[in-house]
Amino acid sequence: MNIHEYQAKQVLARFGAPVPKGKVATTPDEAAAAFTALGQPKAVVKAQIHAGGRGKAGGVKLLTAASEARDFAAKLLGKPLVTHQTGPEGRVVRRVYIEEASDVARELYLGMLVDRKAGTVSVIASTEGGMDIEQVAANTPEKILTEPISPLLGVAGFQARKIAFALGLKDKQVGQFAALLASLYRAFIETDASLIEINPLVVTKDGRVICLDAKMSFDDNGLFRHADIRELRDPNEEDPAETEAAKYDLSYVHLDGNIGCMVNGAGLAMSTMDIVKLYGAEPANFLDVGGGASTEKVAAAFRILLADKRVKGVLINIFGGIMRCDVLAQGVVEAARQVKLSVPLVVRMEGTNVVEGKKILADSGIKVIAASDMADAARRIVKEIGA
Amino acid sequence: MSILVDKNTRVLTQGITGATGQLHTRACKEYGTQMVGGVVPGKGGTDFEGIPIFDTVEQARKATGCNATVIYVPPAFAGDAMLEAAAAGIELIICITEGVPILDMVKVKAYLAETKSRLIGPNCPGIITPGECKIGIMPGYIHKPGDIGVVSRSGTLTYEAVYQLTQLGIGQSTCIGIGGDPIVGTTQIDALKLFNEDPMTRAVILIGEIGGTAEEEAAEYIKQNFKKPVVAFIAGQTAPKGRRMGHAGAIISGGRGTAADKIAALKAAGITVAMSPADLGTTMKSVLESMH
Repeated sequence: MNIHEYQAKQVLARFGAPVPKGKVATTPDEAAAAFTALGQPKAVVKAQIHAGGRGKAGGVKLLTAASEARDFAAKLLGKPLVTHQTGPEGRVVRRVYIEEASDVARELYLGMLVDRKAGTVSVIASTEGGMDIEQVAANTPEKILTEPISPLLGVAGFQARKIAFALGLKDKQVGQFAALLASLYRAFIETDASLIEINPLVVTKDGRVICLDAKMSFDDNGLFRHADIRELRDPNEEDPAETEAAKYDLSYVHLDGNIGCMVNGAGLAMSTMDIVKLYGAEPANFLDVGGGASTEKVAAAFRILLADKRVKGVLINIFGGIMRCDVLAQGVVEAARQVKLSVPLVVRMEGTNVVEGKKILADSGIKVIAASDMADAARRIVKEIGA
Repeated sequence: MSILVDKNTRVLTQGITGATGQLHTRACKEYGTQMVGGVVPGKGGTDFEGIPIFDTVEQARKATGCNATVIYVPPAFAGDAMLEAAAAGIELIICITEGVPILDMVKVKAYLAETKSRLIGPNCPGIITPGECKIGIMPGYIHKPGDIGVVSRSGTLTYEAVYQLTQLGIGQSTCIGIGGDPIVGTTQIDALKLFNEDPMTRAVILIGEIGGTAEEEAAEYIKQNFKKPVVAFIAGQTAPKGRRMGHAGAIISGGRGTAADKIAALKAAGITVAMSPADLGTTMKSVLESMH
């Protein structure tokens, strides 16, 4: 789960990390009031969407009057902002963040993530702040420092110093950085984060080290222990079909093709998408109904698939293990009746109770095209939609 | 022969009275696995269909001499269950549970490094040596004893591969599902090392998916050290970047972990890569035929 910049800064501030003062606004008048309330000659107004590249896209501006904050907010709010991360349709700005301006002397990069290879949380630091860190990693890997943190020890003092010196910090900044890093690590562990990215981390002209931008993502598997973090979810930033699928504990990802896929198991679901493509068509989605799906869950999955108007045909591929083929078949029959199925349906079933499952489909009166294996299923659905 | 589990493996179930624990303990017992005990805190002294239940893993270990344990407890408690099993000295820990917080796995992994225990999973189907020992949730009947090793990050896609092999009359030595999470106990390389040393494994099917760089590392290991033919498949050739595809570990992040990169690395290491999931069995068959 991702959250907005202003929310990330609030979370980090709670753990003692230095962030600029700011206020969030949802209307131009609130933005003007927030500017006045900050009581500073200058402030930065920043569009709040779940995507990077906002500055270059015109979503961030340094302003010197409340009226300017009002005008800029009016220009942003309610309209899509297109950045290199949003895709061509952009994302609608529903909030702006008004923040005190900082006099920046240096821009650095500081990140923290779960390092799959090391099996730990690792700190990523670079002197190349304010840039796309993936580009830095690709072009100048020597400018990136990775430091794994022992889960049993936490951030050791020497590690914080090592990173601080590598970032070219000196004097009091080293101590400030060590405290900041400790705050970030505590925030990471205590909120079950999966990523914290401070880009840029800045040194101000008066020598303070602060988090000028902040991005935080959380491990979905850890959210059950953080009611406060769960409340930060912004449904406007999520695909409605994916939100609906999540209610039924279905794993769904919307794609751009026209063959709806329903599969059990993530690996099989991905490879079903792949085989559709191999036979010359494009999958409309990834959908994993999981191991022990009930009839109700299968019916919900089917409704979600067919709600996508681009879907011209449906491919169901089930390898029954825990999931029984008869349960799947019942769910499909139920859902097909509810939604009045109007597109071709190819079903490939194998595994537990496959004979019973095939009989339920055959006796249902619903037009089902039976496939003998994965390749046959892909071939048939692609032929049906005439791709 | 086989790796890690055989007819002598004595298995404990942690979470034996939950719906999943009951269902699969029964199925594994029917398959012929020696299911010797269960652990449910607070239910020690009772039994599940004749299998004795203990309060702690330590008690169960002493009483039953179990050398493997399978964990079905809910995600919030799975990390602790793995730690308890390792602390009790259980040699092989198999965690089926899906949804374990990744920071719990960071701790478990660090602790396990200090012990002699091996972990398989979490978020995996388990391990099976056909005809001898099944630990986990895979349907037993699709397997056939033989000499092909299978290692995979997926559940049902593994069943698909195994089923194709069995249909072609090709049996399996041992099939390991290593799990779909970003941090797992046994990696592909760990499994390959065991298959390399197993005289009864003739060739291996390696099933990977998008996310991380484990397949690239496995390719390098195979190139340098592996003595047997490998057929590989990578799921997620059509997966978009930055989206989690069901498995917590199946995500292309920062442009890394794409199927194309993995397939290129595997091919560069001389590994036969099946481009279609429907061709896993036939690809292995032709590789075996070319060995004669």
